Amino acid sequence: MQTDLKLREGTDLNLPRRKVWPVFKQQKYLFLLMLPALIWAILFAYAPMAGLYMSFVNYQPTLGRFWYSLFHSEFVGLQWFRYFFNNGDFLIIMRNTLASTLITLLFSFPMPILIALAINEIKNVQFKKIVQTSSYLPYFISWVIAANIIVTLLSSDGAVNALLKFFHLTNESILFLQNGKYFWWIVALGNTWKDMGYSSIMYLAAISSINPELYEAAKVDGANRFKQIRYITFPHLKPTIVILLILAMGGILNAGFDQHFLLGNDLTKDYSDVLSTYSFRYGIQNGMFSYASAVGMFSSVVAFIIVVIVNQIAKKINGQSLF
Amino acid sequence: MKNQKTLTEHLFDAALYLFLTCIFLVTFYPFWNILIISLNDATDSLRGNLYFWPREFTTASYITIFRNPEIWSALQVTALRTVIGTAMSIICISMLAYSLSKRYLLGWKYFSFFFVFTMYFGGGLIPTYMVIKALGLIDSFWVFIFPGLIGVFLMILVRTFIEQLPGEIEESAKIDGANDLQVFVRIVLPLCVPVLATIGLFLAIGHWNAWYDSYIYTYKPELKTLQAVLVKILNQFQTGAMMTDAQQLAQNAKRIPVSSESIRMAVTMVATLPIIMVYPFVQKYFVKGIMMGAIKS
Repeated sequence: MQTDLKLREGTDLNLPRRKVWPVFKQQKYLFLLMLPALIWAILFAYAPMAGLYMSFVNYQPTLGRFWYSLFHSEFVGLQWFRYFFNNGDFLIIMRNTLASTLITLLFSFPMPILIALAINEIKNVQFKKIVQTSSYLPYFISWVIAANIIVTLLSSDGAVNALLKFFHLTNESILFLQNGKYFWWIVALGNTWKDMGYSSIMYLAAISSINPELYEAAKVDGANRFKQIRYITFPHLKPTIVILLILAMGGILNAGFDQHFLLGNDLTKDYSDVLSTYSFRYGIQNGMFSYASAVGMFSSVVAFIIVVIVNQIAKKINGQSLF
Repeated sequence: MKNQKTLTEHLFDAALYLFLTCIFLVTFYPFWNILIISLNDATDSLRGNLYFWPREFTTASYITIFRNPEIWSALQVTALRTVIGTAMSIICISMLAYSLSKRYLLGWKYFSFFFVFTMYFGGGLIPTYMVIKALGLIDSFWVFIFPGLIGVFLMILVRTFIEQLPGEIEESAKIDGANDLQVFVRIVLPLCVPVLATIGLFLAIGHWNAWYDSYIYTYKPELKTLQAVLVKILNQFQTGAMMTDAQQLAQNAKRIPVSSESIRMAVTMVATLPIIMVYPFVQKYFVKGIMMGAIKS
């Protein structure tokens, strides 16, 4: 019993090598429980990472099985990366990716804050419930369903065109999805529509943790509701806002695959092609595996670096790591 | 002075109600719109202008799609993957969460990093496709289950929950001679039911909504999930919008008359309905889930 407890307490100390085996035997069932996940991580997370080696070779699928062909294909160094940066596509793809994520941020960042503040100010519980229930729903449907809905709403005789005509904002139906200049805005509003209700929960949680006595004291001092929002609610939300904004910046290269793939079409390709859909098209559809892999690797490496930087900033501001 | 104050406050209230009513309409109306189009006569829907109420009410579109073998098989595959995938993920995630909740585990730091790292970096689309192909999972039902088996974020939720359980129960069982496996199955798992229900909902919704794996990794029609069929219908519709009448007529001769918005909307409704049905439970649990995630991250 004595040794047993000691081994349990001997957490992650650097045990002398001869003691590792007895501890491992002691904990064999814990390792057994971890085994399926370990196999999963190796097969479906780390093997693809090793597969990124594709980006540095001229991968020939005809040589044989994947791993064999991978390590027997000609090594080309950074050729595919250079090819990506130097052909005209790079600028267009980066422009589309950044435009899509930044315009999305423009709407999807303030909306949840406004919703949370408004819901917090409403006294009617029933009304609150209805609005919340309805606003969370789009988050839980797939982008396939969302895209189907958006296509219907934006069609030439759809509800959006009807509304615009009703207010005499347009006389002829606007072909939203056949015209590239609307594309980023459609994706941005679609993203916002899907996520704003759900994201507002974070802010509502932050608001609910504010001490109610602060409001009582403010009322006694004669502060009206604007002043209460201005001087109590908002300052308490600020840390949450800052952290979520920094986190959102971390996803700046991650323009979702689904929405661009499902809403884009041949007519809007010049605006809808982002890093992930571009890599998909060249890899899966055109069979340029190494090139597509290099594009994907560029995007995940840069995204990873951004997340690490963002984490450092958040640590400095918040005093705690996000990891 | 006092009157003026109440007046502005009344205006403020009115603005709040107006704003939130807009939010309600924007999020609710689209679902209403697809419902009424799906309940309208398919041919009549081609005339458009359906906004508030079906013009010619009929459930014919639903009958059509439920008689369609493609949709029927897709429904079965989707239901099967949702049940099997969710169950297997819950089991494997809770197993991992239990072993990682023990900080005295040999090499805990390294194993934790090993799993958390996969949240932030991955091989990406193409290498993943190649690996899945090399594993022989193309055109296999298991391609829906294995690649997404572990959700590291969900594992962290479960681990946090286990760490908050009172340690005495486990300790007393250990003194009675139970090993880790027995403690996990008989003591920890039953206590974890609330958090497992929460992640189960997330996993089930994820499985129901997944389309990419079926779209990319399967070719056999009998392995297409409902969402993948819906992608196909959407693609046909999108190209349909750019096609000539002759091409559209040829299209209509195929199995699903996709040019009919009613049919497309009916399939969309069928794909949405299960989500709406589990929604009350989701609302009960997911706030807790997102809160736990917020604390952790």
